[in-house]
Amino acid sequence: MTAGWTAEEMMTIAAARLLKNGTVCFVGIGLPSAAANLARLTHAPEIVLIYESGCIGTKPTVLPLSIGDGELAETADTVVSVPEIFRYWLQGGRIDVGFLGAAQLDRFGTINTTVIGEYGRPSVRLPGAGGAPEIATLAGEVFIILRHGKRALVERLDFATSRGFLPGDRVEGAGKRGKGPSVLVTDLGILKPDPDTRELTLASLHPGITVEQAKAATGWALKLAPDLKETPPPTAAELGALRALQDRTRRAHGED
Amino acid sequence: MAEITTLSQAVAGLVRDGDTVAMEGFTHLIPHAAGHELIRQRRVGLTLVRMTPDLVYDQLIGMGAARKLVFSWGGNPGVGSLHRFRDAVETGWPKPLEIEEHSHAGLANAYAAGAANLPFAVLRGYVGSDLPKHNRMIRTLRCPFTGEELAAVPAIRPDVAVIHAQKADRKGNVLIWGIVGVQKEAVLAAKRAIVTVEEIVEHLDAPPNALVLPSWVVDAVVPVPGGAHPSFAAGYSKRDNRFYKDWDAVSRERESFRDWMERHVLGTRDFAEYRRSLEGAR
Repeated sequence: MTAGWTAEEMMTIAAARLLKNGTVCFVGIGLPSAAANLARLTHAPEIVLIYESGCIGTKPTVLPLSIGDGELAETADTVVSVPEIFRYWLQGGRIDVGFLGAAQLDRFGTINTTVIGEYGRPSVRLPGAGGAPEIATLAGEVFIILRHGKRALVERLDFATSRGFLPGDRVEGAGKRGKGPSVLVTDLGILKPDPDTRELTLASLHPGITVEQAKAATGWALKLAPDLKETPPPTAAELGALRALQDRTRRAHGED
Repeated sequence: MAEITTLSQAVAGLVRDGDTVAMEGFTHLIPHAAGHELIRQRRVGLTLVRMTPDLVYDQLIGMGAARKLVFSWGGNPGVGSLHRFRDAVETGWPKPLEIEEHSHAGLANAYAAGAANLPFAVLRGYVGSDLPKHNRMIRTLRCPFTGEELAAVPAIRPDVAVIHAQKADRKGNVLIWGIVGVQKEAVLAAKRAIVTVEEIVEHLDAPPNALVLPSWVVDAVVPVPGGAHPSFAAGYSKRDNRFYKDWDAVSRERESFRDWMERHVLGTRDFAEYRRSLEGAR
């Protein structure tokens, strides 16, 4: 890429920008964790990060390799048991944003992290649900981040692990659950659900990416939001903070 | 009252073939040393329960100790797949593995129900997920007060819970801190409990609300310094991230896995000797 950043950096920065200062965010490991910590280190210093290992208000200096790295506990406001984090904090309605990654996702933001192929005879056995089914339905809203590609954004899921919208879902009436997925960030752009159909549509393209590229990398016939935008490029401050975070992380995990 | 004993005696006396065994630890305090002892003593037909089966369950499954796995996330954290788990599910090697699959919220609630001596747990869970289609242990019920539909999962009541903790005193009272996962619930839900600890001390010096498991809810306490490795014990050790990454290559092929297990686990008498054999290999 001729720009001064990579597609992966653009994705992480675009996702970080969506998190507001003071938001209580239940964070998945990997890409969500990178974006949420970047938000904390840039525009959202008061964001409350919660990991399913029971760490509440954690402030790691490097990205955790696992959901239960020691630094998550050492820098947390408090550490509670795993039953408590799911019962009192997630089910108790304390989470503003659930931030999830995915292996496969459909146009309604439903996620598969269970199997490729038939459940009883999978061609690929994936790790499974973890905390996602309840995060997806009990957080106030859900952000999803994954790399764009036809095998990731698929026409039909092999397994619905964590529910997004059902076709024609009118979640406002449900009362007992959150609003569901409100945004999907990829390395090509930002997708948001159509207000009527709930289908994820292309709302913003990252700089240098074309509509044709995004459509070609999507497993369903990708529609455009009426006000399709271009994502503002990363600022020097955002890139500097992200690269410093990743350098610290590599050193800490012994990868240099 | 807990007996302070050795790992070989604790496993020989408390874990039987065919038992339901919950070896808990949420990334932190994973009882690896105890898992190895189950492998050395050739336990078979086990139903293994754990929210996050990782390397030690990969090893037990690959060595043919398990008949069934009850779990909610089975991967190598931050690295990728558990290859021995995948091989068992995808091809039935070394033997077919029955799976009962939940979400974290479902299993965490099921442990809490077991500890509370309830037949099942109730939660707002699994909404819109395909998991209940494949796991008949996930059902729904109506709240008798509001009519609301809720998910229900049966309580987990293991024959044996096995955990690793930081300290015990000479009476066998156990102190745990940091990421405490679901260990307290697992111990209180189980018929028998084995706890390995970093050290035995004169006094726990625990503040009043600390997580202490009294000696009389534990059957065996075993000092095994570093017994969570490659997992860690807050205050004693750091997570060995390199080991988790290296395990990917070791476990990818059946032969390299078997060789590694023969050399480092079956070929050693105890965890200390295992650690020395690893040092020699590095």
